[in-house]
Amino acid sequence: MANFFTDTPQFKHYLHHPLMKRIVELRERNYIDKDRYDYAPLDFEDALDSYEKVLEVVGEICGEIIEPNAEEVDKTGPTLHNGHVQYAPQTQENLDALIKAELMGMTLPRRYSGLNFSMVPYMMSADIVSRADASFQNIWMLQDCGETIYEFASEEQKNKYLPRIVKGETMSMDLTEPDAGSDLQSVMLKATYNEAENQWYLNGVKRFITNGDSHIHLVLARSEEGTKDARGLSMFIYDKNNGGVTVRRIENKMGIKGAPTCELVFKNAKAELVGSRRLGLIKYVMSLMNGARLGIMAQSVGISEAAYREAYNYAIERRQFGKVIIEFPAVYEMIANIRAKTDASRSFLYETCRFVDMYKTLEDISRERKLTPEERDELKYYSRLADAFTPLGKAMSSEFANQNTYDAVQVHGGSGYMKDYKCERLYRDARITNIYEGTTQLQVVAAIRHVTTGTYLQRIKEYEAMPVIPELEPLKRSLSRMTQMYEKLVELVTSPKDEEYLDFHARRLVESAGHIIMGYLLLQDTNKNPQLFRHSAEVYIHYGQVEVIKNYNFVTKSRIEDIGYYKPVIPAE
Amino acid sequence: MTFNIIVLAKQVPDTRNVGKDAMKADGTVNRAALPAIFNPEDLNALEQALGIKDQYPGSKITVLTMGPVRAAEILREGLFRGADDGVLLTDRAFAGADTLATSYALSMAIRKIGSFDIILAGRQAIDGDTAQVGPQVAEKLGIPQITYTEEIQKIDLQKVRVKRRLENGVEIVECPLPALITVNNSARACRPRNAKLLQKYKHARTITERQAESIDYIDLYSSRPYLNLNEWSVVDVDADPKLCGLSGSPTKVKKIENVVFQAKESKRLTESDEEIDELMKELIRNHTIG
Repeated sequence: MANFFTDTPQFKHYLHHPLMKRIVELRERNYIDKDRYDYAPLDFEDALDSYEKVLEVVGEICGEIIEPNAEEVDKTGPTLHNGHVQYAPQTQENLDALIKAELMGMTLPRRYSGLNFSMVPYMMSADIVSRADASFQNIWMLQDCGETIYEFASEEQKNKYLPRIVKGETMSMDLTEPDAGSDLQSVMLKATYNEAENQWYLNGVKRFITNGDSHIHLVLARSEEGTKDARGLSMFIYDKNNGGVTVRRIENKMGIKGAPTCELVFKNAKAELVGSRRLGLIKYVMSLMNGARLGIMAQSVGISEAAYREAYNYAIERRQFGKVIIEFPAVYEMIANIRAKTDASRSFLYETCRFVDMYKTLEDISRERKLTPEERDELKYYSRLADAFTPLGKAMSSEFANQNTYDAVQVHGGSGYMKDYKCERLYRDARITNIYEGTTQLQVVAAIRHVTTGTYLQRIKEYEAMPVIPELEPLKRSLSRMTQMYEKLVELVTSPKDEEYLDFHARRLVESAGHIIMGYLLLQDTNKNPQLFRHSAEVYIHYGQVEVIKNYNFVTKSRIEDIGYYKPVIPAE
Repeated sequence: MTFNIIVLAKQVPDTRNVGKDAMKADGTVNRAALPAIFNPEDLNALEQALGIKDQYPGSKITVLTMGPVRAAEILREGLFRGADDGVLLTDRAFAGADTLATSYALSMAIRKIGSFDIILAGRQAIDGDTAQVGPQVAEKLGIPQITYTEEIQKIDLQKVRVKRRLENGVEIVECPLPALITVNNSARACRPRNAKLLQKYKHARTITERQAESIDYIDLYSSRPYLNLNEWSVVDVDADPKLCGLSGSPTKVKKIENVVFQAKESKRLTESDEEIDELMKELIRNHTIG
């Protein structure tokens, strides 16, 4: 019986992180639900036990149903019938299993029938589901939109929609349009208010909408006629039961083929306004995107985990020159790197989840009562860290997922290029992770201010202050040297106060910070559980150090004016 | 319309994933080396019961199992998937029972449970593979039985319509209620454990388990009565000790032999996908692989 939770001991390690006690206490409001709901935890140990037991169910469904279905899902994919999407039958089977297990709406409060889980076990589920079938994670993970409804919609809307999500109705976030991709402030889909009917109507086209034929849509639309920028955009809920939206086509994608990516036509579709007008992009989509980015981080980690297992299992079986290929340094180095990058991404993912958990829960509590001054400080502290870690983690782990699946194919040699081997699908599935929910280049734009304002450095100093056992001191010294180099690099790039120069090197700065943080996280993991993490910590820090040196050399061995050579020559019309 | 459903289930060693140490030197099953699981076809039976409950909310499912104390795990597994109640039949006097003594004990427990409309059981258990217990229980209770069921197609208060999967095809039969139905592994797979029910019932224990373990939440068992799992002995079900366990079992194991498979017959296949597919299914069915 394959179980994707129990076969990966890293999960339990992260579930038992010291900060979990505080996170769960806050989320459970000191376990007040235990007298109201028969499935609420009695105390911290009980909550953690429930997390583990429920994750075991997720692991079993993924190992026994979703993964075995994945190849067929990739081959068949969803189909279009009279303007509506039909999933591949296996996708539907996956969804039915998770609905029956009531694994939808995992983080929603119990009063809306949710499980009230913290982000950590929720993202672990996303991690596990992605390992089984990345395309299915897209559909399942869109339950995340429920968070946005929970945070910003009216009580009436929450009561109407949230229990439906728990029952298994799927969601989509309808943002992108043909002329509004990365640049969402150009969204044109029109929202008009009919005063006589007290009703909003949507008209226009959306493109590249994942799971676009969902039951409950969150739609970004222009509600203020004549505006052209972000301040004219509002957020709406479109309920499929009302009709008015049809799917014009399903895109034929390179990977994640099981997830329908749709072009939608809105024709006088009735919709409900969420929250306040004009805050659609500025506030709600930003929050929605942060959640989605965390989801893509988890998807990247899950794909990396699958890539590692494919590469390793192949390399211990395949014989060439009289021995199994994993005995060759050129092969085992690749596999060790995949393992290290996977572990580093995963450690970063759960660190970020803890930050998000802390600030979101405190924010939620602040709607119920006034926070104490200490809690307010805590909220500020973790909110800033979540803001800094989300784009950095999304960028790093999605790039790693690409590198890892690339290497997994390489380990397979010619076989890996054939459809017969799973690594071929993983390679295609990974390719989107560093593109959607903001490309790596855009994550760098979001992350760079935390380089210049010192958020990353401050956190790095906090890691540096954490003690480790003597035998790990050499690793810690390497990380200190990397940090010194990073500080110097930041100084070099920011001191000329040239914006283009900073933009040009931004990715090098952001990634350097990422390597150091991932190194420290693995160091802490190793300190607690050397057997599980020592190898990855050694391999990763070695790799990260070389990367930081490379970035440092790139900057120091070139001059500001060299940028000119990179600039394109744009032909005159 | 609601139904009272009893599901017979057994905890078995997982003989599907057999390692080198699966058999002891004396040829008996090394139970310690094999994980104890819910007998697979009993899960198919449970799923049929849950299907009836989905269709007729308010129907009640009771899982009944006989075995040692640790077989209470089967009751919890049932509750996690949507069963309403569980009974563990456990007593030293039940030990060593063959199918006759087992069906006697189960039938006595069913009499104690009282009213029921339908009894569901797996076709057979993967440890003994006799397929006798279900039919014998029906005989002892004097009710009709349908074996090899793949799907319960229709049920009302008077009768049930069932699709049977037989060697050479399917058969649709109807039968008056109450009845006993045994279910094949070709029936739809059992649903996963439910996250809420899992959290609700994870502390459910039998009295012996509560005495044996150090229980953290001892007050729960009075405030939440559903956490007390029924545990019945020979006396509880008014059984005659002479008809139970070893003394009630005419079947005696005389000798156990380790049989090493040797190919005697051969089959010739074309290379068509269908035939290869069929061969795979056959090998899985007869436990050669899988």
